[in-house]
Amino acid sequence: MTGLFSIVLAAILGLLAVASAIGFILQRRTTEPGSVATVHNLNARIRSWWIMVAVFGGAILLGDTATVILFAFLSFMALREFWTLTPSRRGDHLALFLSFFVVLPVHYVLLGTQWYGLFAIFIPVYAFLILPAVATLTGDVNEFLARSARVQWGLMLTVYSISHAPALLMLQTGTPSALLLVYLVIVVQLSDVFQYVWGKLLGKHRFSPNISPSKTLEGLIGGGASAILVGTLLYRLTPFSPLQAAAVSTVIVVAGFFGGFVLSAIKRDLNAKDWGYVIEGHGGVLDRLDSITFAAPLFFHIVRYWFTT
Amino acid sequence: MIALIRRLLVLFVRILVGARSEWRGCAPDTRRRIYFANHNSHVDTVAVMAALPWPVRRLTHPVAARDYWGTSAFRRFIAEKGLRAVLIDRKPLPDSNPLEPLERLLEEGRSVLIFPEGTRSATEEIAPFRSGIYRLACRFPDVDLVPIHLDNLQRILPKGSMLIVPITCTARFGKPLRVEPGEEKGAFLARARAAVIELADGGHIA
Repeated sequence: MTGLFSIVLAAILGLLAVASAIGFILQRRTTEPGSVATVHNLNARIRSWWIMVAVFGGAILLGDTATVILFAFLSFMALREFWTLTPSRRGDHLALFLSFFVVLPVHYVLLGTQWYGLFAIFIPVYAFLILPAVATLTGDVNEFLARSARVQWGLMLTVYSISHAPALLMLQTGTPSALLLVYLVIVVQLSDVFQYVWGKLLGKHRFSPNISPSKTLEGLIGGGASAILVGTLLYRLTPFSPLQAAAVSTVIVVAGFFGGFVLSAIKRDLNAKDWGYVIEGHGGVLDRLDSITFAAPLFFHIVRYWFTT
Repeated sequence: MIALIRRLLVLFVRILVGARSEWRGCAPDTRRRIYFANHNSHVDTVAVMAALPWPVRRLTHPVAARDYWGTSAFRRFIAEKGLRAVLIDRKPLPDSNPLEPLERLLEEGRSVLIFPEGTRSATEEIAPFRSGIYRLACRFPDVDLVPIHLDNLQRILPKGSMLIVPITCTARFGKPLRVEPGEEKGAFLARARAAVIELADGGHIA
């Protein structure tokens, strides 16, 4: 696996170097005030990509345990961003505490020890029942249904869904499973990057101004098609044939679109522009992982049902 | 050794509650200032201290209530050594000046952080301010009083709970104010309280 992975990593670093060079040239040439801000944001994004590639690539090279720990940490950050923006009441305090310090760690321990049966139901069934039960003990019935839903949505999106990316490591497909994770992350993230690039270059028609003002139809189509093309070309990382890789990439890209949209809709509902601030140019961890929340479980199940040995 | 503990304490708080700062009405400065903030939880003091840049934090001393922070050797150590806090009597003896240690620090050119509500409020509501801040403002008319609003702390560590939920807290620093010539105590306290409340909106809307 290290052979193939090194090639992929080298290619990504090469692309980043090209992107940084373009960003540098653009910065020297741009003088219009409006464009200066865009180029500044572009360069911030590129800088952050260097760090994200280093962190993710480093975790993959260190092995499965490091990767699971990295994703547990990302889930923690995402859950924190979710609750920083989402309203909660005094009566939710214990349920939130349990979300962060019991449900999240237990779920990732189940993942790390590859206890798939309990991993699959722990949050959707047990957290779903136990957390509202705990919340009743405080006697606060104000908006009880909405509050219980928020607690569960927070866990499902930021812990359960995201954890399906590192869960690929427990699948036996005949190819190194870490490469499946690399494949998923590359297709999802490239889809976002291509959407951004195509949108900036050709974007005219707003796709859904209410939800995501910067997304355009041209960006979605061009970005999606480019990501599917790359996903097809990278079939050697996976147990898929080229045709299967095209189909699977399409599922990843479509799911990724909706992940971005649903998370944006929640942000708009909460009157926020970004989930957080920790990744310069991108916003928060959840702004970067929004597509993963929808793409990871679908990709995981496709691989698990049709490609495991 | 104590410097290391201080750094670890700040790092711990940064990881736990984010402790982000947003300088709205002024910029960080090492000039002596009186910082004042709303008070919701035990994390407040550390959150503000962690949000201050190091050169400012180094010269800033928070006020802590002796009846809570002075009760055990551990609390006393955290307060006095970890946070450079000054312990103050909330119910002083008659004829004593509980603000004396603060005045001494300001005279030395250092900054102080006070919580004019006097006690942690049990709700998001900001309680009426007690008069200490007015007396300090009159005693040091040329020192800027910087309002700070801390959000989410109510949800991070509510009164009556020992459990910390790691939601991010932002410390917003507002426009400095001073006591106007001839300004009455009540008017000043209301103005100072309003300055903190004004910072409450998160400014999230895109």
